[in-house]
Amino acid sequence: MSAADTTIAVRDPYHVGHAGESRARGHGGGGPASRRVVVGYGFWLFLLSDIVIFSCLFAAYAVLAGATADGPSSKQIYDLNRVAWETGCLLASSFFCGMASIAVARRSQILTQVTLLITGLLGVAFILLEISEFAALHAKGDGPTRSAFLTGFFTLVGCHGLHVTVGLLWLGTMMAQLFAKGFRADIRRRFLCFTMFWHFLDIIWVAIFSLVYLVGTKL
Amino acid sequence: MSFFGKLSWNAIPFDQPIPLTAAATVIALFTAVLVWIAVKGYAPYFWKEWITSVDHKRIGVMYCVLGLLMLLRGFIDAIMMRTQQALAFHAQGYLPPEHYDQIFSAHGTIMILFGAMPLVVGLMNFVVPLQLGVRDVAFPTLNSVSLWLTATGALLVNLSLVLGEFARTGWLPYPPLSELRYSPGVGVDYYLWAVQIAGVGTLLTGINFITTILKTRAPGMTYLRMPMFCWTSLATCLLIIAAFPVLTATLAMLTLDRYLGFHFFTNTAGGNAMMFTNLIWAWGHPEVYILVLPAFGIYSEVISTFSSKPLFGYRSMVIATMFICIVSFCVWLHHFFTMGAGGDVNAVFGIASSIIAVGTGVKMYNWLFTMYGGRLRFTTPMLWSMGFMITFITGGMTGVMLAVPPADFLLHNSMFLVAHFHHVIVGGVVFGVLAAIAYWFPKAFGFRLHEGWGKAAFWFAFVGFYVTFVPFYVLGFLGMTRRMQHYNVAEWYPWIMASAFGILILIGGIVCQVIQLVVSIRRREELRDVTGDPWDGRSLEWATASPPPVFNFAVLPHVGGVEAYWNVKQRAREDLRLGQEPHYEPVEMPRNSPTGFICAFFATVIGFSLIWHIWWLAILGFVGAYATFVGFAWRDVPEYVIPAEDVARIDRANRAVRQEALAGAPPS
Amino acid sequence: MVSCRRIAVLVPYALACAPKSSLADSILSPAGPVSAGDRIILLDALVIMLAIVIPTMLTTLAFAWWFRASNGRATYRPNWTYSGRLELLVWSIPTLVIFFLGGVIWIGSHQLDPFNPLRSAAKPLEIDVVALDWKWLFIYPQQGVASINRLVVPVGVPLHFRITSASVFNDFFVPRLGSQVYAMNGMTTQLNLMADRPGRFLGLSAQFSGDGFSDMVFDAVARPHAQFSQWVAEARARGPMLDRAGYRALLRQSRNVAPYTYRGVMPGLFDAVAARAVPQSDGPKKRGAIPSGGT
Repeated sequence: MSAADTTIAVRDPYHVGHAGESRARGHGGGGPASRRVVVGYGFWLFLLSDIVIFSCLFAAYAVLAGATADGPSSKQIYDLNRVAWETGCLLASSFFCGMASIAVARRSQILTQVTLLITGLLGVAFILLEISEFAALHAKGDGPTRSAFLTGFFTLVGCHGLHVTVGLLWLGTMMAQLFAKGFRADIRRRFLCFTMFWHFLDIIWVAIFSLVYLVGTKL
Repeated sequence: MSFFGKLSWNAIPFDQPIPLTAAATVIALFTAVLVWIAVKGYAPYFWKEWITSVDHKRIGVMYCVLGLLMLLRGFIDAIMMRTQQALAFHAQGYLPPEHYDQIFSAHGTIMILFGAMPLVVGLMNFVVPLQLGVRDVAFPTLNSVSLWLTATGALLVNLSLVLGEFARTGWLPYPPLSELRYSPGVGVDYYLWAVQIAGVGTLLTGINFITTILKTRAPGMTYLRMPMFCWTSLATCLLIIAAFPVLTATLAMLTLDRYLGFHFFTNTAGGNAMMFTNLIWAWGHPEVYILVLPAFGIYSEVISTFSSKPLFGYRSMVIATMFICIVSFCVWLHHFFTMGAGGDVNAVFGIASSIIAVGTGVKMYNWLFTMYGGRLRFTTPMLWSMGFMITFITGGMTGVMLAVPPADFLLHNSMFLVAHFHHVIVGGVVFGVLAAIAYWFPKAFGFRLHEGWGKAAFWFAFVGFYVTFVPFYVLGFLGMTRRMQHYNVAEWYPWIMASAFGILILIGGIVCQVIQLVVSIRRREELRDVTGDPWDGRSLEWATASPPPVFNFAVLPHVGGVEAYWNVKQRAREDLRLGQEPHYEPVEMPRNSPTGFICAFFATVIGFSLIWHIWWLAILGFVGAYATFVGFAWRDVPEYVIPAEDVARIDRANRAVRQEALAGAPPS
Repeated sequence: MVSCRRIAVLVPYALACAPKSSLADSILSPAGPVSAGDRIILLDALVIMLAIVIPTMLTTLAFAWWFRASNGRATYRPNWTYSGRLELLVWSIPTLVIFFLGGVIWIGSHQLDPFNPLRSAAKPLEIDVVALDWKWLFIYPQQGVASINRLVVPVGVPLHFRITSASVFNDFFVPRLGSQVYAMNGMTTQLNLMADRPGRFLGLSAQFSGDGFSDMVFDAVARPHAQFSQWVAEARARGPMLDRAGYRALLRQSRNVAPYTYRGVMPGLFDAVAARAVPQSDGPKKRGAIPSGGT
């Protein structure tokens, strides 16, 4: 942040959260909360709303799971081996994302870039595995237009895949920003949001893994 | 597939004179305004001060302007519907079904999503930070993005007048009718992309305002000291972030069905259309509370101010608000009791729906007791509030009737239903918004609206409303269903004519409203609000000048109790002087940014090209949007500083007039 | 200005109609036990609520009048903002009303569930309803006949409807006979009604179904049993057969179709429609090219 910002932060603790480093937590007594709290809180709300989107897709999948329209059922198409690899990639990438947070906290540019690169590569591996699954199904004629069940499946899993893809785009941008702008307060806040997003994708995947794949192969 | 996708000269309805003339008029007016701006040299002013503004007050005003324009557009649709039905007894009227169906679909979509929503969000924008005693919302640039995305949606809907058609499915595009097989045109696509884009804007508003209300309040402003309007705004935003994602997901599913041949709601391959009905009402029912809760907040402010009393039962009101907020998620099935879900399901949802009436009933009584023992001043905002109380009680009662499944089996989808939801939405939301505009207009522009014309507008609207909509109840009893383009039942006819007469009176109300604005602007010097507190207000927005300086408060107020400003004012009245002059410090404010406007530009490109299947343009739009985000993320100086001397100068000017007014006024 | 002239002609006509427009043909004058039951619940709910709505409205007006600023006799209580007793009252009045109403809802929802068979000595008449674009097909499986856009029923006999749609959503509704139920593609709903007096009643679709929606109006004719049998016999004697080809023709969109009957119906047609085993309605062929009248 600019020099003016830091001087003001000291003199004006009740800044409306544009830059000030207020200690208040926003519960009312102490005035507006600090920018970091405000940004993190706002992003949490966004993630909650995203969870609602996924809940709708989960609900739609559950409603349509039996509507195979003489097409394949979940048992016939789910391949748990591939899913295990996908899960491994995503969980490992979340681990490295956590490492990146530590690196940012220690203000180490090299460590940050390396851990983020590994995070991204694991994410790419996940996406490639998912694409191969989708492509194989499509090649057999079992694409999303085959039946309502496959529609629900492709949309739910694909929506998560789309989130990961957007996350990768964000990751690349984030790496460039950290490199170009250094560990500025606003960049760190943005990085905080990114890590929250990345871990959130894991949580969604755990739900998909258990409710779609594990339950689907048992049925 | 051609270069421009499905778009060709055939998209322009040369064979239909009505939409063509309407479109030509709108385009001519739009061009005239643009030319006027360019010729007068106002373009840089509008760009710097309004379009790129991230000031919550400016954004609020722009939202309201958008909402009022769309309200007019929706009202023109209403006039066409009433005249069509008046002419369509044993006849076809002047609108063929293909056109009439678009009109009632557009009427609902526009009134709810592009009329009422922007007005409600605009008022929240303008008022909430002022009432909380802070300088802006939590994310000012995001706020501008929200505004312009909403405007994009409105633009796309209105574009369907000129290019192609709008949905012919009703304001909620129930599949299978909205599936490609039964609606092959671009109408449903216009609906989907317009609502989707505007919905994202609304979702961002919800996030922004929850963060603002929960995390950035003036020191001492604890939860139970927040003005009622802030509470209802909070409830509304909680509903927004829980409900709008459902809309996003549901519309996305329908979009996938239409664009990629998926089978969520199709008649083939196991699709389930009732799933759409369930999902859309899981958004749709909270949506009506999203609209009406802020209106409840407005009435609380207005009734308390003009009764010269604090709100009665403040804690009850807070509880009732949050109660409505939560229960509104448990009632969606009452929109389709006739699905045949069985006695248990219908009974549970019927009872849940009527339970909401407990919350609104409590509110009604608390307003009543706020008036008790007061000194009521019947200004325009107060008249609208009184009109609301009478109308909303009726609307609430007919609503509970519809929540009783056996009664609903007779009244579902009838004109009775139409009468009911107009009673609650016009009587609740529109009256509230008009009250709010009259109430906060002096705060926004520094002069009051003309009272005489305002009262005339109220009486025309109030009487016109009843003459238009009471016949609908009778029509419902006579078995008339909604959305009929023509009919042969003689019993219906006189009531439809009565309703058509009512809309003439309503037109009178709108004319008065427009005249009021013109007269007020011309006579603004005599209507000037000098002190910034024209109504003897009680909450913090009246503690600052009218219009407020860009930073709202020179020094953030320290809140010592409920009705933060009233207490300070009373002390000043007793002492006959203002409190001590504060120590002024430099204020830092967010810089203006064209991000929102550019985002909306690309959103328009994306929406338009997807509607018309111009894939290359859609990709360009996405690349542009991404570039905009990166460009915004790369900026180094997001704020500017207003020196302490400027802050002091602005504040001292306001303090001087307040001191003068204090000396002149008799002690209370 | 065609429309102006029409208004000039129609306004006097409307006024002439007004006295005729009593509520005699409304849902408040039931023609069967179901609509009578629905009506009782409706009026109960209305009366229960009016009991507090009217006093509340009057109090609102009274308070507004008495506490006007210019009334010097009214006591100004600027600090009166809380009263525990009133709060209790304020919460308990609506709660009690909703308790009471909740009971009405619970009982009404169960007793008047459209799927419930009616209690009657007579054996119910089966009628299968298929919503089409934009006409109603009524199949009488026991009689082996079918009818388009006219529902003929015997008086005093319970009617058991099975309802589905070969196209988009519709809503089967004969206001004076009582409850309405959705017609949904791929699903079968049921409805039990009875006419207890002869007459010709308005029937319609209460769910918007597209451009021809306004023409999905039909006559519901209740006749004494003998006349109904006569109608069945007449229907059996003439009219086309509803076979695969005939059904295919019905799937084309058409508006304002004059009523006619089928002398026979291919077996299992309704179940095939409900199970999506036969083709769906065609949907529009081309913009603006929708045939009007006949099939």
